[in-house]
Amino acid sequence: MYGFGLIKGLWITLKNLLIPSRMFTVHQYPDRKASPLDLAKINESNLFVYLFSHPLSSIKSLLGLISISDRQKQHPRFRGEEFSWYEERCTGCASCAKYCPLGIIEIVTKPSGKFIPEGEKYFLEKFDIDIGRCMFCGLCVEACPYDALHMGSGFEEGKYSREELVINKQRLVESEKHPSNWFRPQLENKTYNPFGPKSVEWDNVGRHEQPTMEDLEDRWADR
Amino acid sequence: MCNEFAGGLIHFCNIYSIFDSFLPENLDWMAFMMAAISLAFAAINVVVMATALYILFERRVLARFQARLGPNRWGPFGIFQPIADLIKIITKEDTTTDIADKIVHNLAPIIFLSATLAVIAVIPLGNNSFLGKLNVGVLYIVAITSVNVVAIIMAGWADGNKYSMLGAMRGVAMLISYEIPMGLAIVGVILMSGTMSLSGIVEAQELPFLLVQPLGFLIFLIASIAEMSRAPFDQIEAESELGAGYHTEYSGMKFGIFQLAEFMAPLITGIVVTTLFLGGFRGWAWLPGELWFLIKVFSVVFVLLWIRATWPRIRFDQIMAFSWKALLALAFLNIIILVVEIEIFQDNLGSISLNSLILMGAINWVVTIVSIVFMANALGQSKLKRPKAQPSSLANMYAESE
Repeated sequence: MYGFGLIKGLWITLKNLLIPSRMFTVHQYPDRKASPLDLAKINESNLFVYLFSHPLSSIKSLLGLISISDRQKQHPRFRGEEFSWYEERCTGCASCAKYCPLGIIEIVTKPSGKFIPEGEKYFLEKFDIDIGRCMFCGLCVEACPYDALHMGSGFEEGKYSREELVINKQRLVESEKHPSNWFRPQLENKTYNPFGPKSVEWDNVGRHEQPTMEDLEDRWADR
Repeated sequence: MCNEFAGGLIHFCNIYSIFDSFLPENLDWMAFMMAAISLAFAAINVVVMATALYILFERRVLARFQARLGPNRWGPFGIFQPIADLIKIITKEDTTTDIADKIVHNLAPIIFLSATLAVIAVIPLGNNSFLGKLNVGVLYIVAITSVNVVAIIMAGWADGNKYSMLGAMRGVAMLISYEIPMGLAIVGVILMSGTMSLSGIVEAQELPFLLVQPLGFLIFLIASIAEMSRAPFDQIEAESELGAGYHTEYSGMKFGIFQLAEFMAPLITGIVVTTLFLGGFRGWAWLPGELWFLIKVFSVVFVLLWIRATWPRIRFDQIMAFSWKALLALAFLNIIILVVEIEIFQDNLGSISLNSLILMGAINWVVTIVSIVFMANALGQSKLKRPKAQPSSLANMYAESE
């Protein structure tokens, strides 16, 4: 019969409107409005228990005033923008700069005049990474012999000018460090979450156990 | 003119008497003017604010129909989105093309909006509350909605843009074609009620005319969707074919006025359909008449939205064929059947009893379904006859010369 397809089409769109499982197919990137069900899930309680124990925030969330993060979960080996660099581990060998296929890492060093056992090495005057031209291949991280440079785990480094995209030494030192698991199997073995809130210190990211002072004395005694 | 005190919040005479009470006696005309201006101000603002809310409603519900989310960022459930849209559109630059006819170009959006707004003046919004009592209200509505055609052809012509002109031309052809079945569908209502006054029509609806003459209701609904050029009849601004149609060259608040009038049209259509076919403010007594009116308008608007969300745009020749072959014939059929039925069921005083109305409705529903099925089969089987493709002589230019 002619014209029956029109009614079929109306039925399909009505199903889209009414059936809840057809409604949400969208991830809302930065955050989304939380429902009481979401808040109960976060607090690890039942919906009804939550409604009676937190009436104010329940009403707030029903009015659409509470928003929770709705970011897609990344893989732990995600090669993110925010490089993690540990000054304590870096010797200034410039392997990363040599391996970079785009030549965007700029390193200027000067000898510090001290021996390594005493805790000193090359001093880095300049360590710039031009993120604006980086393709995040991760070769610099693979090249680093002392596990000083790591890929980051974040991706929200949007800036308003190209100059701001150059990460300098000061920013690398001061930034929160959430190293990615990219080419760092030692991080995968532990119960380590790159997207966790805690910043990771330099003595926890190496591929070997940290040598004690006695080990160092033994090693350098032969010389 | 205002001798007796009438009930209702927005009755003209009530406001007139308020102004008249504190003005001296020889200044009656001033009270009249003040009452008229304040009432018009309130009515226009109410309609514009309702349109702003309706835009948000339309965007959210349309998104849900299409399994999307719609605007939800700005305020709870995105209720401040209309304000954000307004701020954006006001701060935009107001441009005019060099070859545009400036006066006509600037006048077109004003005419478009005022023609849409003026319809509200004659609608009985509730028990005893009228913005204006006109004994030829139906004629007024048909006349004032035709002014849109002028505004569209003005906007399309004054721009000096060929896409505007094309959109306006075919839009106007469509609008004029659909005014005829729309008018003929209204004739059915006038036959039943015996008056052209909108309040008289509402009073005549013992049974809503939707139930008594469903064919007229369907024709009127389809024709009014075409009249406000919404999907599936959005030939005027077919995005994939014409850019934006007649408002291609408009920007800033002039474009905003066009958008406002366009989104106001469904509300106005809902109000008119409610008044003519759904019994206006009549309803059971457990809710006030104004609320019944709002509920009915809302349901009509929802159906319009549902249709917009679902059906694709029709080709232009199909639109014209639909109007002239299907709707016109069905409208004439509707009138003929109603005339015969009224002649049979009418008593000596010229009124029709409720039982007769129910019987008429039953007959008309059967006629509606049979005639629509017949028309769909008759029109659906006829294929579009295309001329046989001829190879161009220019295309074979070099082959022939060899």
